[in-house]
Amino acid sequence: MSILVNRSTRVIVQGLTGREGTFHAKACADYGTQIVGGVTPGKGGTTYEGWPIFNTVQEAVDKTAADASVIFVPPPYAADAIMEAADAELELIVCITEGIPTLDMVRAWEFLQNRRSRLIGPNCPGIISPGHCKIGIMPARIHKEGPVGIVSRSGTLTYEAVYQLTTRGIGQSTAIGIGGDPIIGTNFLDALELFNHDPQTEAVIMIGEIGGNAEETAAEYIKMRMRKPVVGFIAGQTAPPGRRMGHAGAIISGGKGTAAEKIKAMEAVGIRVAKSPADIGETVAAVMGVKV
Amino acid sequence: MKIHEYQAKGILKKYGVAVPRGEMAETVAAAEAAAKNLFDSGASGVVIKAQIHAGGRGKGGGVKLAKSVEEAATLAAKILGMTLVTHQTGPEGRVVRRLLIEETLPIEKELYLGIVIDRAEARPVFMASAAGGMEIEQVATENPAAILKEYIDPGMGLEAFQARKLAFALGLKPAQINQAVQFMTGLYRAFEETDSSLMEINPFITCTDGRLFALDAKMNFDDSAMFRHSDLRQLRDVTEEDALEVEASKYSLNYIKLDGNVGCMVNGAGLAMATMDIIKYAGGMPANFLDVGGGANAEQVTHAFEILLSDKNVKAVLINIFGGILRVDTLATGVVEAARKTHIQLPIVLRLEGTNVEAGREILKQSGLNFIVAETMKDAAEKVVAAART
Repeated sequence: MSILVNRSTRVIVQGLTGREGTFHAKACADYGTQIVGGVTPGKGGTTYEGWPIFNTVQEAVDKTAADASVIFVPPPYAADAIMEAADAELELIVCITEGIPTLDMVRAWEFLQNRRSRLIGPNCPGIISPGHCKIGIMPARIHKEGPVGIVSRSGTLTYEAVYQLTTRGIGQSTAIGIGGDPIIGTNFLDALELFNHDPQTEAVIMIGEIGGNAEETAAEYIKMRMRKPVVGFIAGQTAPPGRRMGHAGAIISGGKGTAAEKIKAMEAVGIRVAKSPADIGETVAAVMGVKV
Repeated sequence: MKIHEYQAKGILKKYGVAVPRGEMAETVAAAEAAAKNLFDSGASGVVIKAQIHAGGRGKGGGVKLAKSVEEAATLAAKILGMTLVTHQTGPEGRVVRRLLIEETLPIEKELYLGIVIDRAEARPVFMASAAGGMEIEQVATENPAAILKEYIDPGMGLEAFQARKLAFALGLKPAQINQAVQFMTGLYRAFEETDSSLMEINPFITCTDGRLFALDAKMNFDDSAMFRHSDLRQLRDVTEEDALEVEASKYSLNYIKLDGNVGCMVNGAGLAMATMDIIKYAGGMPANFLDVGGGANAEQVTHAFEILLSDKNVKAVLINIFGGILRVDTLATGVVEAARKTHIQLPIVLRLEGTNVEAGREILKQSGLNFIVAETMKDAAEKVVAAART
């Protein structure tokens, strides 16, 4: 079992014919993901690298029975691509694109309400269920199938956590990068809920960072509902206030959203928070009683 | 992106938001002429306001009142060129290069208006408070109920009824309500159409004669949306930014200068923050945040390296790369190139993982340069902190 994706997930790629889209679509297909076609307006009816290209998402869905999409469309058009995918009623939309204007995402988020699609991202590495399906840009070879669920606002820091687990012989059920933007589709709480109900997942790593209060909200959920141990890490303990640390969402504003506040809220509900990023794997091993 | 008060007021005026009459001046002569214009056209006094990208200007001595043209000129001469230190500038302060000369108004009450994106609600929120002049963060901590909020439907904008609710709740007089509605809806239109990330009118004033004005104005724009606002991009004042950060932005690098002596170069914002954290954990202090991003090429890495090294406080460098999109061999090529070009003498600790890591390590080895290779993040942090000490 895994959450959201599996071997039968059928994926179209919006922006397949771009450089990033091509590179990562191939890597996903190599991993075993069913990539069934691409959408590039104006190139419909052609074939690209063996995949059929469609002008619209609706047409792609009608012809390929796709149920998921991954978006590599450039930032000016990415919010529109999300809405098009949601309009075609795809179950899962993974948006990799970084740098979408916030107000575009406000509109896209509004559009997603009362529609059946789940959005992951934007500005995220995507989702992987090791051994089953990869929809995203993460390096596949560091992953290993197993019992730990990972949800994270960061890309490369997630790879770091995965690597620490795999080198200790601990596998992952699903790793979701929810994205570093202020407005995202799937948040910590959504992912925790899915992991809570997933029989394969025995423990969860939650990797947050400065800015916003999503970690605090998630901590409330963990206190009330979570039946599985959670290990946490918050990046940005040394970040200065008022500065945007790379991610659009990573900013301490008005003294709010500091790492210290988040760590305090998480520890208060029993989350084992690793103080150093090098200790994430070790902490999971300790929580799960794994000897390494 | 931040802009100056006078620029924000220039934008707001176009949206029908009332701002005091005034002019920007870069010289004492221009300031004197601006003051003369205002006095000649009926102003009873003028205010000289230092234009820097930081709050707390009044307390720092950057805002002064003048009762005559001569006094205005004297004050302008004093403020122009001064290094203004406020709680937001840091101890080094900012040099004042521009002034805003404005007419004074008969202030009755000082209120607060602000618009930001509420992340949890995923919508813009219009805030109003009767506690004008105070910092909204302080009000939020001490008396959160004093901040009135109206969430905005992105498809509709700020509706008149919402503005009316806020105006009445602020205690405005019935005769002022329509004026306030026009003011607030104008503010929101400006926020939306300029892709602002933050707008603050603090204070928003009522005058004894009933008029309403934006006495101060702060606007920040969403950097991600600036591609569609060539006019707004012109408003950028790079003299207000750190020179190294400006240089970094030319190459799409995310660089933020900090106070420590361990330079770091990382791919990905989260890992870059975590790397700063682990440097501190190992007993050192990071000199910067530097995210070379997912798709960096050898040229960008070279530039990143040069920027990192132009900070004279840097005593050792840690390069921590987990290659996903960014291939490790690409990075290694860039590092070797940059190290040769800059004749670097400082110790460099490298921790590389991910795609093409073997090829990357080989490039480093073949280079004949003296790199310190680390296995894990912890190992890397300890090695670089030790190297920075010697």
